[in-house]
Amino acid sequence: MEFFVGILNYLVFFAITAGIYAILSLGLNIQWGYTGLFNIGIAGFFAVGAYTSALLCGPPPGPMDWRIIGGFQLPFVVGLLGAAAACGIIALLIGIPVLRLKEDYLAIATLGIAEVIRLILKNESWLTNSVWGLKHIPSPWQVPIQGKIFAFLKTHPLLPAWLQSFISNGYNWFFLALVLLTLGLIYWVSEKSIRSPWGRVLRAIREDEVVAGASGKNVFFFKMQSLVIGAMIMGIAGGFYAHYVKFIDANTFEPLYGTFLIWVMLIAGGSGNSKGAILGSFVIWGVWAGTDLITAYLALSGVRAASLRIIAIGIMLEVILLKRPQGMLGEEKRVSKMF
Amino acid sequence: MSLLKAVNIKVGYGETEILHGVSMEVNEREIVCVIGPNGAGKSTLMKAILGLLKPSQGEIIFDGDDITSLASEQRVRRGICYVPQSENIFPSLTVEENLEMGAFTSQDDYRVRMKEVYHIFPDLKETRKQKVRKLSGGQRQMVAIGRALMLNPKIILLDEPSAGLAPRLVKLIFDRIVLINHSGTAILMVEQNARQALGLSHKGYVLVMGRNRFEDSGQALLENEEVGRLYLGG
Amino acid sequence: MSLLSRLPQLVIYGIISGSIISLGAIGLSLTYGILNFSNFAHGDIMALGAFLALAFLLLLRGLGMSENIFYPLSFGLPMVISFLLAMAATAGIAIFIDRILYSRLRKTGPVTLLVAAVGVAFFLRNIIQFIWGPQPQYYIKEIQIAWKIPFLGIRIKPDEIFIIIVAALLVVFLHLFLQKTRMGKAMRASADNITLARVCGINTERVIMWTWGIGTALAAAGGILAGIENKFITPNFGWDMLLPIFAAVILGGVGSPYGALLGGMVIGLSGELSTLFISTAYKPAVAFIIMVVMLLIRPRGILGGK
Repeated sequence: MEFFVGILNYLVFFAITAGIYAILSLGLNIQWGYTGLFNIGIAGFFAVGAYTSALLCGPPPGPMDWRIIGGFQLPFVVGLLGAAAACGIIALLIGIPVLRLKEDYLAIATLGIAEVIRLILKNESWLTNSVWGLKHIPSPWQVPIQGKIFAFLKTHPLLPAWLQSFISNGYNWFFLALVLLTLGLIYWVSEKSIRSPWGRVLRAIREDEVVAGASGKNVFFFKMQSLVIGAMIMGIAGGFYAHYVKFIDANTFEPLYGTFLIWVMLIAGGSGNSKGAILGSFVIWGVWAGTDLITAYLALSGVRAASLRIIAIGIMLEVILLKRPQGMLGEEKRVSKMF
Repeated sequence: MSLLKAVNIKVGYGETEILHGVSMEVNEREIVCVIGPNGAGKSTLMKAILGLLKPSQGEIIFDGDDITSLASEQRVRRGICYVPQSENIFPSLTVEENLEMGAFTSQDDYRVRMKEVYHIFPDLKETRKQKVRKLSGGQRQMVAIGRALMLNPKIILLDEPSAGLAPRLVKLIFDRIVLINHSGTAILMVEQNARQALGLSHKGYVLVMGRNRFEDSGQALLENEEVGRLYLGG
Repeated sequence: MSLLSRLPQLVIYGIISGSIISLGAIGLSLTYGILNFSNFAHGDIMALGAFLALAFLLLLRGLGMSENIFYPLSFGLPMVISFLLAMAATAGIAIFIDRILYSRLRKTGPVTLLVAAVGVAFFLRNIIQFIWGPQPQYYIKEIQIAWKIPFLGIRIKPDEIFIIIVAALLVVFLHLFLQKTRMGKAMRASADNITLARVCGINTERVIMWTWGIGTALAAAGGILAGIENKFITPNFGWDMLLPIFAAVILGGVGSPYGALLGGMVIGLSGELSTLFISTAYKPAVAFIIMVVMLLIRPRGILGGK
């Protein structure tokens, strides 16, 4: 029984991470799957979301910190909104020079902005505390919930060990519910919007920008909306991440975790399909976690093990592109085509 | 003697069929002109003959052989050269290099042939070291036709050779086409300047909505009242 | 005064890093011109070249090849042989990747190729990291003494003169190849208009193979020269090069190898000169800023590419 609860606790942890990835995938799905915008700077948006929310909600700078501002101890929801806003503004600024150009330019511009963001996180210690990172980021409502759980466990000392273990993990269940609720909300909005006239314009742009433009649609404006909304969703995911792990620094946002995995998740699940984006996130995160067990079994060193796993995921991506480019679910057939 | 024959060609882009069974024939040393309204499928026919589009039905006979399943490069090597309507030159290459690319598949010394092309288009000789990007529209068209002549083809397919040119240049290009024809090369062209083109053609075809509508000698089509009213602008 | 006195030295550094960036950018521009997609694995191809050279160097040393250095350079014959072998091997690997992956995806359009290239980038980087680990690796560990050039007040190492000369030679070879050979002209023609090239009977698949081969061999050379300049190479080197080489390509005009050369020099120089005004930590961002400004005012680049 204790073993079973241990697995269950691990699964909750797994689902929280996969859920955060799924939010990111939904953001990318709006940009890439719906509109064909090639963003390879996801890590940058994720980082901005995480730092913004952490600075808004976290504690003020301590005596050992380099940073001199931030830490307004605002509510969690304000942090998420701030994260979304910050990412939206950055997306807007990138979009202005490049959205009128070929898709490659957006790719390289997002890559560039992600790199600039990384440099800022590393070097601007007055804001980001540099490599020492931001600590003690509060998880939403953790104090009251955890307090209730401890109080309950104190008054019920005779419960079996497995049940105690299960109950003490209660806060993670709550956090998972928050993640899934947000994920569901974004999924719902995203599905609604792709079926709306707005969504049809986006897909028309993806299929043939020239034709879409010729039929009187302001292609630039629609692409901008898609880029900004996708980036805001990524920012929200960053916020959740920061409040879950409680500590972030510049090294948290290596290009791999932020960008590559999410691309693989979306492609594997099925670009242009919100269900596919979510399914892909859970499956690929499962594969990723599963390969961890394999490399642990092979007793490889940390860096080598990670490399081997990325090699495997890389091969998997190429095989999917060659053999099943539509992904697991493929894009849903939709009733009407606008053009 | 028949040089090129298209029999009942059906072809299109993806799901959309453009030609619904078009037939035509070009004899050796002939100038043949295809006219018709926009969207009739004239350019599509050219692309099908060169093998840039694969017909779903019908066959293409060249010099007595069925070439329907050959790749474009192989057709080029057999002596069919094609001048597309637009993007028919390499802008960042010089005139001379453009001509050299035209002779890419030939093992012979291309310089001999280049002299012959310069003989037909003396303008090009003067500009031969210039990048084509810098030339005028008429000169570019000469480069495009000259490039196609480099392999000494049996037939040249010209897609709207006079498009976008000033009237003086239109006449010049048509003169050159006749000159090329006199040297023994058959010509199949699609033209908007239908009157002028039919005037110098041995034979003409009128395509409408992807089907053959009229077929006669160039002169007869010019005199045909219905063709004149509907397709030659009165 | 101190700003001005540092200027000549920074210009020298700028030319050295510009040479390296240019070699990467030229290859990227060539493949872009013909295949019409941005190869996001090109930086990692540079790193691959650098590590292949290391592998050959270790092999030759293991076979007992003498290390007699070419004075005043810091290395000898094994390094030179490894340099050439690594260029050839990188080209071979790139052509192989094209055959098994890109050529099959070409029909589905350029965006799929972009995704595939990102996958290849991570694949290559982690192959390198799996074999060598994340620590820096060294071709030569000896430290070379720089020559002082009087009057100008600059210091330059013999190795750095070698880097500039090799880069210049490679550019000259490429120029002769593109201008004088049939394949070179066919490559330029295909970059202009690949459909018309096919209409001319040019075997465009062979042109594509040559383009990959030459473009990635140059990238490998750039990677190895960077290794000689920095004294060490790391698996992340390719990632660090990606932004500068893309900026160079965009600056020079996409698809134009000559533009890429010019763009590479501008990016190299401005990166070094920027240290007069801003923190060295932001040197990598300079390339990005220049690129964005260029996209705003003249998206077709200095020389007006595609």
